[in-house]
Amino acid sequence: MDLLSVSVDSVFVHKMWNDHELSKMVDGGVPFPMLSDGGGRVGTVYGVYDPDAGVEMRGRFIIDPDGIVQGYEVLTPPVGRNVAETIRQVQAYQHVRASKGSEATPSGWRPGKLTLKPGPDLVGRVWEVWKPSIENE
Amino acid sequence: MPDEEIKVGCARPTGGPVGPAQASPPAGGKASLATQEVKRMIQVGKPAPDFVSPAYHQGKFTQVKLSDHLGKWVVLCFYPGDFTFV
Repeated sequence: MDLLSVSVDSVFVHKMWNDHELSKMVDGGVPFPMLSDGGGRVGTVYGVYDPDAGVEMRGRFIIDPDGIVQGYEVLTPPVGRNVAETIRQVQAYQHVRASKGSEATPSGWRPGKLTLKPGPDLVGRVWEVWKPSIENE
Repeated sequence: MPDEEIKVGCARPTGGPVGPAQASPPAGGKASLATQEVKRMIQVGKPAPDFVSPAYHQGKFTQVKLSDHLGKWVVLCFYPGDFTFV
């Protein structure tokens, strides 16, 4: 999985932020490319650029190996995201893709947990194999 | 990943959307503001708009193109700004 971060800051500011702050949080500094979208043109296309504020919202897009957007989440600035949830979603999409679409992951699914195999036999019978409390097991 | 390293001068390197699928980026500044179409959000299940963008990556300035990452899962994260708090 490749991670790319984007803000309107210049690459020079990215370097300074990495060197002076982030490298103190993460050994070796930021391991992924920090993209510069001055002008917000990329963010505009993705619908996350706020021209009034001149910055981009916390938009997170999961893009599959075919270049298809499978999911996104957009938050306003003051609340940070949940990295574990992003990883969970990517794992779930990877699982579904590996099954060539024959499996689906119910709510709260994590690797190793039960998946559903949609088909005529499952209609009206999900309750026999899955219930909400499974999420917490 | 083999992103091309770029030379940087005093001008800010820039990037932007590439390919035909995107709404045209603001070309004329003010004029385009007036004619800007209604914003539409990305749709899931549809292709991610391709773009190129300058980047800082492990001590180097590089040029990143989204479509160079085809064949791998990509998580693309926008955020308001460096040196902000969250």
